[in-house]
Amino acid sequence: MTPLAQTVHLDVNLGGNRVLHDAALAVHAGEAVGLLGANGSGKSTLVKALLGLVPVASGEVRLFGKTPGRGVPWGRVAYVPQVSPAGSGVPTSALDVVRAGLLTGWRPWPPRGAKTRAAQALAAVGLEDQAKVSLAALSGGQRHRVLLARALVRQPDLLIMDEPLAGVDAASANQLVKALEEREGLTCLVVLHDLGPFERYLGRGIVLSQGEVVADGPLKKVLPTDHHHHHEPPRPVHSHTPELDVLP
Amino acid sequence: MSEYLEYWSAMLSDPLVQRALAVAIIVGGAAPVVGTYLVQRRLALLGDGIGHVALTGVALGWLIGAGMGLAPGALAIPGAVVAAVVGAVVIELVRSSGRTSGDLALALMFYGGIAGGAALIKVAGGTSATLVAYLFGSLSTLSRADVATGVILAGLILAIGLAGRWALFAAASDEDFAKASGLPTGFWNVVSAALAALTVTVAMRVVGLLLVSALMIVPVAITQLWARSFWRTMGWAALVGAVTGAAGLVASYWYGLPPGATIVVLAIALYALAAISRPVFERVRSSRR
Repeated sequence: MTPLAQTVHLDVNLGGNRVLHDAALAVHAGEAVGLLGANGSGKSTLVKALLGLVPVASGEVRLFGKTPGRGVPWGRVAYVPQVSPAGSGVPTSALDVVRAGLLTGWRPWPPRGAKTRAAQALAAVGLEDQAKVSLAALSGGQRHRVLLARALVRQPDLLIMDEPLAGVDAASANQLVKALEEREGLTCLVVLHDLGPFERYLGRGIVLSQGEVVADGPLKKVLPTDHHHHHEPPRPVHSHTPELDVLP
Repeated sequence: MSEYLEYWSAMLSDPLVQRALAVAIIVGGAAPVVGTYLVQRRLALLGDGIGHVALTGVALGWLIGAGMGLAPGALAIPGAVVAAVVGAVVIELVRSSGRTSGDLALALMFYGGIAGGAALIKVAGGTSATLVAYLFGSLSTLSRADVATGVILAGLILAIGLAGRWALFAAASDEDFAKASGLPTGFWNVVSAALAALTVTVAMRVVGLLLVSALMIVPVAITQLWARSFWRTMGWAALVGAVTGAAGLVASYWYGLPPGATIVVLAIALYALAAISRPVFERVRSSRR
């Protein structure tokens, strides 16, 4: 079966530096996969390359078997960025941000019933009372949930999230994972450097280190035994990682 | 009291004032619609860059017109329109190619536009003084045809700016997300740049190329102080733009001031007032909650 998201021998260079090297991953329908690793290991770049947001130096990127720019069914994909500039310039209500999530392709306006669907998506992340509030007036965690609602309103088959827990309090994090658990059959690729409540949701982990995939398997197997210390980034079980080589 | 009425009726029955008022209100209302997208894209100065390039267009039009034996300045406005649109699209392409940052690309436009205009106008047999009318506006020389052109262009700007509002909003507010949703963000960015260029050439007659961007940006700066949604910011900014356009024009007529500058000074004063009164406004709003 065609993986929903796949990279093959992917190399990405940014600003003259090699950020990803020979990165290979495949996420199949129904999987919930965590993309793990320390800061600067290339996790965010990998998902950006998957989505066609950064140029690929060599190798291949495929979503639903298609290369970005060549017939990817974008209506089935949703992305939750780590940070969004939405609402940072002109005041923007949470509802407007989520409604814009229903756009896809050349159609310049959201489909019929977009407002209702957007309101429901906000309710699903526990923000029904904040729909008309300007994004700038929301807390970091609430803003993250708005971005999640904007992705979920698309009713995607594939959800790609970049550090959805950054700056999110425990209650918000729980609510976020609960909203995901309610979506049966969703395929999910999540960049994380701290698992939090995602530990119960993810089935598989892929560990990146210095731009290379160093571990890929069931979540429990790729996590170090001391992974309950959430401030520590999860470390791979393989012993040949460059990071471990420099340890005394 | 009757003196006032007479004064008003004399002013309003002057066809020149009627034309100027019509253009000031229409342009004042349409410009902030485009300005809202620019502010969200953090390209508030794009209109200024385009305005500078339009000056080169004016001189180029003048040069071509002289070569064709036309009346001096006959092709100045068409030249400005073409240069503005080309300049806007080029800056968008330069910006999106990532080789040059947006503000550097803008800076190059500022310098190139003014220098090109000043050099070319000499070649065309004019003087720098020729350009002053374009730099500071010339509402007093509006013809019926100018008004018609202004109405049509402003209508076009409003039609595209409102019909494409969701896609323009999505591309302006979070380009990465929009791209990852399959939106042709490059296309919509070029559309918003082209809308800015058209607005510049329409508004050029009202306030001049040097102040042209103020009509797009200042009303948005005012309303974003208290509005809570994108569309309300845009709607109120359009209203503020139309009202300050009209009020500024009337004030300039009464006090014999240059209309473009009066409109902009009035808008900036309104901004200062709104910024000062904002804490009071916020307190009233939160006490009502």
